[in-house]
Amino acid sequence: MFRYIVRRLLQMVLTFFGATFVVFALTFANQDDPLQALAGERPITESQRLALTERYHLDEPFLTQYWYYMKGLLTGDLGTSLTGQKIGDMLVNAWPVTMRLALIAIVLAVVISVTAGVYSAIRRGGAFDNITLFLTLVLLAMPIVVLAPMAQLLFGIQLGWFPPTATRDASLYALFLPALVLATLAIATELRVTRTSVVENLRADYVRTARAKGLTGRRVIWVHVLRNSLIPVVTLIGVDLGGLMSGAIVTEKIFNIPGVGFNIARAISTEDGPLVVGFVSILVIIFLVVNLVVDLLYAALDPRIRYE
Amino acid sequence: MSDPTSITAVEAPGAGVPAPTGPVKTDKPRSLAGDAWNDLRKRPVFWISIVLVAVILLMAAWPTLFTSIDPRACTLANQHKGPSGSAYFGYDFQGCDVYAKTIYGAQNSIIVGALSTLLSGVIGLVFGLAAGYYGGWLDAVLSRGIDIMLGIPFLLGAIVLSSRLAADPNSDGVLAVTMTLGLLTWTSAARVMRSAVISSKNQDYVAAGRMLGATPARLMLRHILPNSIASFIVILTILLGTNIASEATLSFLGVGLKGDAISWGISISEASRYARVAPGPLVYPSLFLAATVLAFIMLGDAIRDAFDPKLR
Repeated sequence: MFRYIVRRLLQMVLTFFGATFVVFALTFANQDDPLQALAGERPITESQRLALTERYHLDEPFLTQYWYYMKGLLTGDLGTSLTGQKIGDMLVNAWPVTMRLALIAIVLAVVISVTAGVYSAIRRGGAFDNITLFLTLVLLAMPIVVLAPMAQLLFGIQLGWFPPTATRDASLYALFLPALVLATLAIATELRVTRTSVVENLRADYVRTARAKGLTGRRVIWVHVLRNSLIPVVTLIGVDLGGLMSGAIVTEKIFNIPGVGFNIARAISTEDGPLVVGFVSILVIIFLVVNLVVDLLYAALDPRIRYE
Repeated sequence: MSDPTSITAVEAPGAGVPAPTGPVKTDKPRSLAGDAWNDLRKRPVFWISIVLVAVILLMAAWPTLFTSIDPRACTLANQHKGPSGSAYFGYDFQGCDVYAKTIYGAQNSIIVGALSTLLSGVIGLVFGLAAGYYGGWLDAVLSRGIDIMLGIPFLLGAIVLSSRLAADPNSDGVLAVTMTLGLLTWTSAARVMRSAVISSKNQDYVAAGRMLGATPARLMLRHILPNSIASFIVILTILLGTNIASEATLSFLGVGLKGDAISWGISISEASRYARVAPGPLVYPSLFLAATVLAFIMLGDAIRDAFDPKLR
């Protein structure tokens, strides 16, 4: 296990620097005139230009600039947005509601996909199985830009079952609809994986042994089979987080939830470059860390992974 | 263009004779492709998606077949008017004909989708073939590169890259979005190609080719590629669908197509603000977008099932 952790950590360090470097290079490198972009339409005097160049280290070589960017990221200093607010403060403000939204989405995704996945695996080829397989295909194909506004239109505006928008300290009920929208992609993928792995495990020897011991069918499935089938589902949560982050930008914009995604969407439309990059960098780091944790969890759950 | 209809041509039923490359077993009555075709043509899902794809391609190529109304001729007096005999889907906030706008929207979706998929297909093919065939340090470098790419959640990377590429305010953004999607989505294609090459490069027919003195390029293109291409095409078909969805998402957020470009994503973004007053302009482009993406993904799924019966 120790060797696995070390290897995985080394990989993570490489990916971490690679990914942040790509984001940095894409945004800051070869900009025509970042200072003019900062000032907008107004002209810049020579002394202002000198002061700003020094403040943002623009005369330093590329790698040194990357170093300053990394230092800022790791010490939590994300700079200021074009509106003059500290990006770190904005993040702290936006964070809680996004976190709650994501947690509700993950819980919904796991509960729905595991239950439905197990049922369609037990009755493989049956009506329920075929319907869920088709529905998951449709959900997988449904872009979030279609799903979010349509759900808001149908359940929020036309039927009025849920509030069509949510505030910063929204209740669980107000966040339910956006969380469900956010969860659909994860539900579809996790349901399919649960189904496949339960189907595989149902044929395993230990299931026959458990049955031969006289255990009830319910216990065999929900205790013996499920335990082994959930391992691949756990890893999917890490992968799904990326989709969740992407989905949150669209969903929060549609439902007016003032979270991280909403801020990114607004920063895009107001062309607030530093704000977009600051938020995106933090999300990339979170994504990498969560995936590392999930991989370690995977190795802890399934000994075969450690010895690859 | 990675025209999905050409996939069926590859699997033409006459393919009972093994591919002319290398000594494949001849005692089999049908080839894998022939088998797959036989399986495919019995599936309604396959035919539904083929018809949908054909209609969408027609819409993209000749929008005037479907409507004679200019989607850019808008009069504010018509704002949010309901459907009528002349405007089947009604009018949007700007007073534009929603039906005409939706029909014309197919064009940009297909152009961006096809070109970006072509780009990621080419990158994925070259990188996957090279990594799989040569292995060693090249494989290590390329695989780590893919790991790094996958470390950035797709839409976040696309937002950053697309706003960087689309710096020119006068362009309609088609080139920028195509490049963005192509440069960010080749990883899955490269991975599929790499593993397909690794599993087929140690086959006897490749060894025979090598012993006959074939160059690595010939071995890769004439012997390994034809036998690894099926899963690659499947991935690209699905990618075409997801790229169309991504284009709409980027346009929706304002970093995709812009200016006076017509895109389902832009239409959805505009209409979602007035959904309470006029749901029509929101619903129709959404339906068309969802149907298009679904058609390509169903097509890819059907072909994959046909080529790999074990998955069922």
